[in-house]
Amino acid sequence: MKMLSKRNGYFLAAILATGFFYFNGSDVTTSVYATGTVFALPLALAAMVGIMCERTGIVNIGIEGTMLISAFVAFFVASLTQNIVIGLIAAIFTGSMMGLVLAVMAVSWRMDQIIAGTIINILATGLTSFLYVQGKTIPNVFQSFEIPLLSKIPFFGPVLFIHGALTFLGLAIILALYVAIYHTTWGLRSRAVGEHPSSADTAGVSVARLRYINVTIAGAVGAIAGAYLALELVGSFERGFIAGKGFTALALMIFGRWNPLGALAAAMFFGLAQAYANQLMIDQIVNIPSQFTAALPYIMTIIVLTISAGKVRPPAAEGQPYEKGQV
Amino acid sequence: MSETNVDKKVVENQSEKSTKKFDVGTWFIPIIAVLVAMALAAILIKLQGLNPITAYKSLFKTAFGSIEGLGVTLGKSTPLVLSGLAVAVGLRAGLFNIGAQGQLLSGALAAAWAGVTFEGLPGYIHIPIALIIGAFFGSLVAGISGFLKAYRGVHEVITTIMLNSIVMAVADYLASGKLREPDQFLTRTSEVAESAKLPIYGNLPSGFFLAVVLAISIWWILGRTTSGFRIETVGRNLHAAWYAGIPVKRTVISAMLISGAIAGLGGAVETLGITYRYAPAFNLGLGFDGITIALLGRVHPIGITPGAILIGGMRAGAANMQFDSGVAPELVDLLMALILLLVTAPLITRFFKNSSSKSMTSGWGN
Amino acid sequence: MSALLEVTGVTKRYPGVVANDNISLTVNAGEVVALLGENGAGKSTLLKAVFGLIKPDSGEIKIGGTPIVFGDTAGVISRGVGMVHQHFQLVPVMTVAENIILGDEPKRGIFINKKAAHDEILALSKRYGLEVDPEAVIEDLPVGMQQRVEILKALRKDVKLLILDEPTAVLTPQEIDELLGVIRNLADSGVGIVLITHKLHEVMAVADRVVVLRGGKLVGATSPKETDEAGLAQMMVGRSVVLQVNRTEAKRGAVVLEVKGLQVRDDRKILSVKGVDLSLHKGEILGVAGVEGNGQREFVEAICGMRHREAGEVLINGVATKDMHPHAVHEAGISHIPEDREKHGLVANYSIADNLVLNQFDQAPFAKGWVRDLAEVAKNAISTVEKFDIRTPSAFNTASSLSGGNKQKVVVARELSEELPVLVAAQPTRGVDVGSIEFIHNQLISARDKGAAVLLVSAELDEILSLSDRIAVMSDGKIVAIVESKDADRNYIGRLMAGLKE
Repeated sequence: MKMLSKRNGYFLAAILATGFFYFNGSDVTTSVYATGTVFALPLALAAMVGIMCERTGIVNIGIEGTMLISAFVAFFVASLTQNIVIGLIAAIFTGSMMGLVLAVMAVSWRMDQIIAGTIINILATGLTSFLYVQGKTIPNVFQSFEIPLLSKIPFFGPVLFIHGALTFLGLAIILALYVAIYHTTWGLRSRAVGEHPSSADTAGVSVARLRYINVTIAGAVGAIAGAYLALELVGSFERGFIAGKGFTALALMIFGRWNPLGALAAAMFFGLAQAYANQLMIDQIVNIPSQFTAALPYIMTIIVLTISAGKVRPPAAEGQPYEKGQV
Repeated sequence: MSETNVDKKVVENQSEKSTKKFDVGTWFIPIIAVLVAMALAAILIKLQGLNPITAYKSLFKTAFGSIEGLGVTLGKSTPLVLSGLAVAVGLRAGLFNIGAQGQLLSGALAAAWAGVTFEGLPGYIHIPIALIIGAFFGSLVAGISGFLKAYRGVHEVITTIMLNSIVMAVADYLASGKLREPDQFLTRTSEVAESAKLPIYGNLPSGFFLAVVLAISIWWILGRTTSGFRIETVGRNLHAAWYAGIPVKRTVISAMLISGAIAGLGGAVETLGITYRYAPAFNLGLGFDGITIALLGRVHPIGITPGAILIGGMRAGAANMQFDSGVAPELVDLLMALILLLVTAPLITRFFKNSSSKSMTSGWGN
Repeated sequence: MSALLEVTGVTKRYPGVVANDNISLTVNAGEVVALLGENGAGKSTLLKAVFGLIKPDSGEIKIGGTPIVFGDTAGVISRGVGMVHQHFQLVPVMTVAENIILGDEPKRGIFINKKAAHDEILALSKRYGLEVDPEAVIEDLPVGMQQRVEILKALRKDVKLLILDEPTAVLTPQEIDELLGVIRNLADSGVGIVLITHKLHEVMAVADRVVVLRGGKLVGATSPKETDEAGLAQMMVGRSVVLQVNRTEAKRGAVVLEVKGLQVRDDRKILSVKGVDLSLHKGEILGVAGVEGNGQREFVEAICGMRHREAGEVLINGVATKDMHPHAVHEAGISHIPEDREKHGLVANYSIADNLVLNQFDQAPFAKGWVRDLAEVAKNAISTVEKFDIRTPSAFNTASSLSGGNKQKVVVARELSEELPVLVAAQPTRGVDVGSIEFIHNQLISARDKGAAVLLVSAELDEILSLSDRIAVMSDGKIVAIVESKDADRNYIGRLMAGLKE
């Protein structure tokens, strides 16, 4: 494939750059990369949500809202019960419900999917701002722990193998999704449904059922992304908590060509950029106004989208409602 | 399967639309949606241990019960009418402009700047200039998304939302820096000159009537002019539009520019008519409101007004409602979300299914 | 021994139309039953019912003696019913192997056993003599090869009953003969075959029995021994449908449209029009015959300014037209009845009135400068609807409320209204009922008589033969012959279409 050599070029550049930084300051580089992974994870997971849905043909604009309400539930249930695991479970349930609602709107009601996703976002914003209560706290966050042996590897140890439970869960989900999409029957059928649903239909695969399942499970994955932010990374919740990550995730999904590993790589890039910008501010090397660092991910998202537009090929049937027996 | 007239009839029957110009039946849906949403929210209020009747009573009494209240209501409704109009114009062209909030902010800030800088001009010059500058900046922001969509196929849903946040950051930077009110440590601009303030006629803000006039004009433009026809056609079938000789890219950009200008105007009116300056925490979420209002009004320029007045009234009465019943003012946000959900249920989706479902939802890279 | 397929008294109604009206038929092992009927007769509906995709209002469908369950398409498939669809049910971006195994994948646990799949397909293709490369990607394959994959998909399941839906639409006469041979072999080996078609000579060539559908009803059951093509045609439409339109001799004038050295690429960047020269005269109909997929679509689109010209020119009255600019080409004098009327020809939820002025909305009398003159639009709509006999309760209903034939009439009416020097009609009667076909054909002839230069591109050879004054044959991206219609012979044209020289 033509793409390969260009991507290899990017990879090579990235590896060389990393090597250079490491050579010039291993501690700082390691910590920036470790932080980068941590920033990247919610983006990557959110991108997985997008991939799971779009591969089956459903455009999910509501990732932001799903993450928001899941983070909300995670935090407030955890503070109510003083138990973060229960918070996590409640969040996963909530996320799945959001996914289910989207599935109903998109699959059964055959609504325009962008509107359906926007409804999820607005609903989440409305509910969370109405029910928000100040001053609540949770007892603890998911602490980082080390994976024995592997964590001692220089550079890769801290970057990949010292993290909280949800980070590891997230990485596992991403890997599992990659394998599932390309090597299991579920993956084959899901892709067929997203590319050419009538082929799947006539082959005996239930298009509606598969879409319902995928979108609902995707909601659960989105919930983990939201819960991660509330219960592991930040440890609190406030209005506007997700700050656009759900939309950035869509750009990552496109840039990564609907491939879980591609999206992960794109997410890492974003995470690193953020971590690096933070580091620059801490070291006061460059005087960037704080608003710029805040706006950075949004600007990057637009740039990434503009680069990929026109050159990528989404699943052919995405966004188009399907009626059984329609050929 | 081989094409049959039979199968086609099935599809056609499902998408058949009424021929009547004013279909009374379908206008009931928004009303029912509002009532059901209020009922659902009432349940939530009850669960919080508070009294929904008191809450609603207070809400509506404040908003519509007196001339002063009505004045505040109309004042709050004005930017809503305009952002709803902005979203509606976009939707008519098949574009999902969620960035009305950012465009509105840029218009507000620009108008605040113009209101301060051009001191000394008579009111009848100062106001139009400030409004136009506000509209211009709103249109500039939207134009970025429009350009990216038309020439690079980048979907406007994401770019407009991203621009929202970027504009907020830039506005914050400017309002705390160059444009900050001197000797003021809060982030805000100076108060605009008297000559820039929109006049109020016996409690009723002139800005509102400006908005209504604009809504009527847009309705006329969309329905009666060639430019309007171009926008509508592109929104419903851009292949047929291209084929019929309509310059699709130009039309898409124009629609976004118009949409942004209206939103920017909304911000300008808010600044010159109500707040008299730009300050952050400045009506967050108005952009999303625009979508709800546009859909509630069935994407019809005139239909948007009643919905905007209703929501504006609710916002106007929200503070008192909290005082009287303890219910959080965010109830209005919740109500809007529920209304949106109910109003877009199967019945309304036919509008979008027939129009530009494809241009709106598919093709991230097309 | 029970019949493979038994349909008894199946009826299915949709709002406004009875798609299937008390249909009964049987298919036994080893026999080829042709299901004949023109567009709109109800064949597709019946098939969907057999596969459990839709539920009949009454009647019963039994496979091998047991009734089928609505919704259980997988169950129907597992009982040995396979189908080769007219529009291939293949996923373009996936491989041959992936497409064939979809729905019933060889696996190890949850993982697909890719090696087993590969081997299975090689074996399958060998067994039936239909060679394919399992790892090839569908969209890279030529149409005939794609059809093989479609057939293999059906054959994979040890099929007892194979249904073929209009399989020859995209094949050359040569490939058609090959396919009919495959069908005969399968039948001889015990498979029951249902061949859905509207091509009479195929029926006569391969069927054991023929069942004719018309307007949802079963109007005839016979066999090739008992009847002939004319007889079948009679049953299909109730009157002689051998489309001989009354047509006077053409009064051919000067050259109006000239195409020189045209080369065009298709959507996959492959050169599909490989150098075409053509001249079109005032007052004639030039029919371009050819099997679909030989570059006709790209050819038409390039002429009408809808597709980029890789090389060559298009001249109207000596003036070169602009590339990629449909409006400019229209202004230069070309009207176009597009192949895809839903995509390019109509805006579904605009009124009929607005659709009728779609490409003139900003010109007088329909607009005065910036403002539209809606009264004029209405006037035009009412008179056009009457003149073209467009069946609708109101000229202001949406276009989507019309039937296929009437939609096409709207497009035809609009394109003819300006009386431009050149008219390009691409598949003008596809998906159109017989009454409207006749109407449209007459409109084309009368446009010619008024002096227009008409370029007719159609996959229906009968249409070309009956309407054209001159006939060009397009094969593999080139015009391989141009003959006067009186010198044209069906077999000769057929051979040219297949790429044979003479």
